[in-house]
This record gives sequence, C-alpha cells and structure tokens, in this order.
Amino acid sequence: MVKNIAVIGDSESIKGFGAVGIDMFICDEPLESGGLFKRIAETEDYAIIYMTEELFELSARERNKFADRAIPAVIPIPSAQGNRGTGQKRLSKFVEQAVGSDILFGN
Amino acid sequence: MAVMNVNPTRMQMTKLKKQLQIARRGHKMLKDKRDELMRQFIELVKENKKLREKVEAQLEECNNHFINASAVMNKKALESSLMSSKHQTGVEVDGKNIMSVDVPLFSQVHGSDDGGEIFPYGFAFTSFELDDAVTELNNVLPDLIKLAEIEKSCELMAAEIERTRRRVNSLEHVMIPRYEETIKYIAMKLEENDRSSRTRLMKVKDMLLEKAHGYSEKYN
Repeated sequence: MVKNIAVIGDSESIKGFGAVGIDMFICDEPLESGGLFKRIAETEDYAIIYMTEELFELSARERNKFADRAIPAVIPIPSAQGNRGTGQKRLSKFVEQAVGSDILFGN
Repeated sequence: MAVMNVNPTRMQMTKLKKQLQIARRGHKMLKDKRDELMRQFIELVKENKKLREKVEAQLEECNNHFINASAVMNKKALESSLMSSKHQTGVEVDGKNIMSVDVPLFSQVHGSDDGGEIFPYGFAFTSFELDDAVTELNNVLPDLIKLAEIEKSCELMAAEIERTRRRVNSLEHVMIPRYEETIKYIAMKLEENDRSSRTRLMKVKDMLLEKAHGYSEKYN
C-alpha cells in the first residue's frame, strides 16, 4: 500500500518540501490548522503528516481522534521561526504516560 | 475491601476459586506483557530522541539555506522554482506487531526514480544556495520518514502500556483481593454453619437420651 506524505505549515517554513515530492498544505492562518488537518487526515491518502510545531499544538483536538490509528503518523517539525521544543516535550510525555514519570529525559 | 454480594454456598465458592485462578493467571500474563512492552518502548524512545535531535538540526540547517537563498532571489521566483516537483515521494506502508500493538513501517518510494536528479527547476535563474537547501532537504527525507515511523510506534506503545498498566493494577489491587475476601467470607460462613448445626445436633441428642433413659450423655 503506497501512500503519500503531507506537510502542513506556514508558507515560509514548508516551501522547500514541495521540491522533494511532499504534498504541501500551506496554512498561514494558525486557527485554520485544525480544520485543514482534519480534511487531510480524513482523505486517508497520507501515511505521514508533518506539521510545524505551532500548528501541531493548535490542532491537538483534531489530532487526538487519529492518535490510536497506525496511520496517519502526525509528526511535529520545527518551523522557520525556530525550534519550540514541542517534539522533545512530546517524547517526554510518552515516557510519562508509559512509565508514570519521566525517568529518561527528566528535567 | 468490599465482599461481593454472593450467596455463601459451596458451589459459589468453587466458582469464585476458579475465577480467582483465572484472574491470577491473567494478572501474571498482563504483567509480563507490560514489562516486555516497557523494555521495547524504552529502547525505541531513546532512539527516537537521538533521531529527533538529528532531524531537527538538519531541518534548521535547511531553513538557513532557504533564508540565504531568499536573500539573493526574489520571493516570487523562489517560490515558483519550488512549486513543482520532479517526482512524488510516497511511502510504502507496512505493519508490524509488537506485543499486540500494531505499529506502522514506512519505506520511502519515489514515483519516478530518476537517480540524482532532484531539482525541479533549471539552474539558470536560481541561486546555488537554493540547490544546497533542496539537496539538504532531500538528504533529511529518509531520516524524517524513519522518525515518523518510530515516533508513531512510541505513541501507540505508550498508550498500550498505560492501558496494560491500568489492567494490571486493577487486577492486582481490586479484583484479586476482592475474590480472596469473598472466598474467605464464604469459608468462614460455611464453618460457622457447620459448628452451629453440630451443636444443635448434640443438643438434640442430649434431649432424646434424657427422654428415653432418664440420663444425659454429658455426665458420662
């Protein structure tokens, strides 16, 4: 089963992804990211959806509906504005969820 | 701990004993599952962290190249050069089962595999910085896909571990003690019944002996 890859973000951060064959969904209005994500995820054409960290945080509600499915995998990536640490925090959250407290990256 | 609302009969006790045995076996199995999942999860999440750090650093590098490129090219030209792509990058989706958790496996596939040619634009009107940026991004791609695979696995496994842990705890601290209490309660109730019927019988025997022969056994 071959599926595509999507990236959602502001035009500044994701402009390069189109050149390497990833479908770009430009979302310059952060509040629209949730709806856009939902539309993309529901097509089921995409196995991986990368989102810039800002939009990733804002679309938590929509993402949760797809959290327990194997695909799509929704992955935060740093945007052009810099790394907000969302991805690292997410990992800590996983450890906390599994172990009960963050024993690996605790700080 | 509350005793279950059951009739204190022998049959009920046998049934509860059987259920207790099943609960204990389930508890042991779930505990093993939790421990194994945890071991694999910890391994995976460590790898995940390393990979994420690497990918984030590479993406930042990439962004720097794009910033440099946009400094020497005008915005419209830059965006239109990147607009179209030579090929569509897809992933072959496969699945793997880790301790009953279905995790995805992704492997990169190109729509049209044309080797080294990754640039979707001609070189005449673009800056070399843009070439660097696109090359860099193309190099990150395998890692980015690997990251997606691992991170999704971690997410699914974390959720499964949490669920399994809850089940183990509820068996260990609620179900099993409750069964044990109830079985103890029934056993005690049965013994009590036993003793009371025994004394009653002794009493009756005394009364009958007294009536028939005029003496009672207890004086012998």
